[in-house]
Amino acid sequence: MVNAIELREITHYFDGKMVLDHISLNVGKGEILGLLGPSGAGKTTLIRILTGQLAQTSGTAYLSGIETGKHAGKTRRNAGGASGRAGAPLTGMMTDDCGLYERFSAYENLHLFARIYNVPRSRIEEILRAVGLWEARNTAVSKLSKGMRQRLSFARAVLAGPQILFLDEPSCGLDPQTAAEIHGLIRQQKQAGVTVFLTTHNMQEATKLCDHTALLNGGVIVEYGPPEEICRRYHHQKKLLLRLSGGENVVLPHTKEAAETVADYLRREQIDTIHSTEPDLETVFMELTGRRIDQ
Amino acid sequence: MSLRHILTVFFKQGKDIMRNRTILIQFVLFPVLAAIMEYSVKPEELPEHFFIYMFAAMYFVMAPLTGMSAVIAEEKEKNTLRVLLMADVTPAEYLAGTGGCIFLAGMAGSCMFAVCGGFSGGKLAWFLLMMAAGTAVSLVAGAAIGVWSRNQTSAASLSVPVMMVFSFLPMLSMFNEAVGRAAKYAYSQQIYRLMAEGSSAAKGETGIVLAGNFLAVFLIFRYVCGRQQRGSKKSANR
Ligand SMILES: Nc1ncnc2c1ncn2[C@@H]1O[C@H](COP(=O)(O)OP(=O)(O)OP(=O)(O)O)[C@@H](O)[C@H]1O
Ligand SMILES: [Mg+2]
Repeated sequence: MVNAIELREITHYFDGKMVLDHISLNVGKGEILGLLGPSGAGKTTLIRILTGQLAQTSGTAYLSGIETGKHAGKTRRNAGGASGRAGAPLTGMMTDDCGLYERFSAYENLHLFARIYNVPRSRIEEILRAVGLWEARNTAVSKLSKGMRQRLSFARAVLAGPQILFLDEPSCGLDPQTAAEIHGLIRQQKQAGVTVFLTTHNMQEATKLCDHTALLNGGVIVEYGPPEEICRRYHHQKKLLLRLSGGENVVLPHTKEAAETVADYLRREQIDTIHSTEPDLETVFMELTGRRIDQ
Repeated sequence: MSLRHILTVFFKQGKDIMRNRTILIQFVLFPVLAAIMEYSVKPEELPEHFFIYMFAAMYFVMAPLTGMSAVIAEEKEKNTLRVLLMADVTPAEYLAGTGGCIFLAGMAGSCMFAVCGGFSGGKLAWFLLMMAAGTAVSLVAGAAIGVWSRNQTSAASLSVPVMMVFSFLPMLSMFNEAVGRAAKYAYSQQIYRLMAEGSSAAKGETGIVLAGNFLAVFLIFRYVCGRQQRGSKKSANR
């Protein structure tokens, strides 16, 4: 099967400075890929290249098997297939700055793009209800909260039923509850067979949401795989952490002797909680790059 | 070129301008000023409809030029243009829709001038024709400035001096002969004369100046668009 997204040796320079360094990556159909990296890693740059807003210095990228940039129209339109309407755009995108018309209401913003894509009006109501903005449909965007704008921007991205969705920091700056709402919307898209390529600096988001994550640092993918697997890979020091009822912490290695100790504590009913010490993505990132991701 | 895309952009801009006071005021202020002056001040020594022609000349320079450049620059600044282009609206479709809308707004204002002056028949047709010609040149100049600028501030700092020069030339040339000699190469001055004095005022040079001005702004516009395209290929602009 053709990969939804395929990158081969994508390299990009800005004013002589290398921002992306031979990035190769595949995203299967219907998968959610999370591109994780600190600010300035080149996440947005990669999305802009994939969506044809920026031409890479070298390398090739394919969306559904079609090379980007070459046949601009083709890579953006569907022949009509599994999930998409014929003539629907192949890709949808949510930018990190929304790009909404401030003087227009939520409804008017979607109506404009419904006309451009030739999508029936009924779809506007459907999608506004899905993202929970139907009540606020007549409010001008300038009066919407940040989370509402993000949801509207998301609604616009999926309006025409694209097969591949690019989301640049979809939950950046949102409170946990609103972020969770956005995650729900992203999962719905996945269920509908849409491939999702998202960027984030949020480790929990990546762990919970993504089938695969790629850790990007300084323009290089330093690690790739399913999030739990990445964490397991870096599980060098296998240790158990026991928290005792007295408030005391005990760290034990994975050995036979330790098993005895644990059994002892259990018999004496002294254990509050037991934790494995496998690292989270945050720790892995730290180990790989020596810097924190949110720095 | 998709007509649906052009019309969508056209109506979108129309709705947006109606809610954008800073742009809207340009299209309303000059006709209103002209009306006030025409009806309240009636100096004996000035020619008929002096204020109408004076303000009309300022109007056809300023309103389309600032309107067009501000609309494009705002869409670049707020990244809405990027989203439109991603949705497969081509730059040509966008410019056609936007230009069409500003042109129509410009002609709506021109009609207000015509009503103030009580023009009718051939005189009305001639006046509107001249306004259309002036609006077209200013529109292309405004498009060039808008495409060139990254944001509204840089668009304003470019368009203010340009429109000052062209809109004040007709007035200044009445008071100063040197200015008058230079002014005759400007489209605003030629159109102002044709408006005020009628088609009989056309000389050989008139057509050359008008065609030359239009060609010049058009070439600048083409150059700016080309630069923009090369820029986005090479990367630089955001
Ligand atoms: N138009 C541009 N011109 C020059 N340099 C640029 C341009 N756009 C981005 N850069 C540089 O490229 C690098 C990567 O930027 P990019 O926006 O892709 O980072 P990012 O990973 O999306 O960061 P963030 O998490 O802050 O959004 C940065 O060092 C940035 O300064
Ligand atoms: Mg970014």
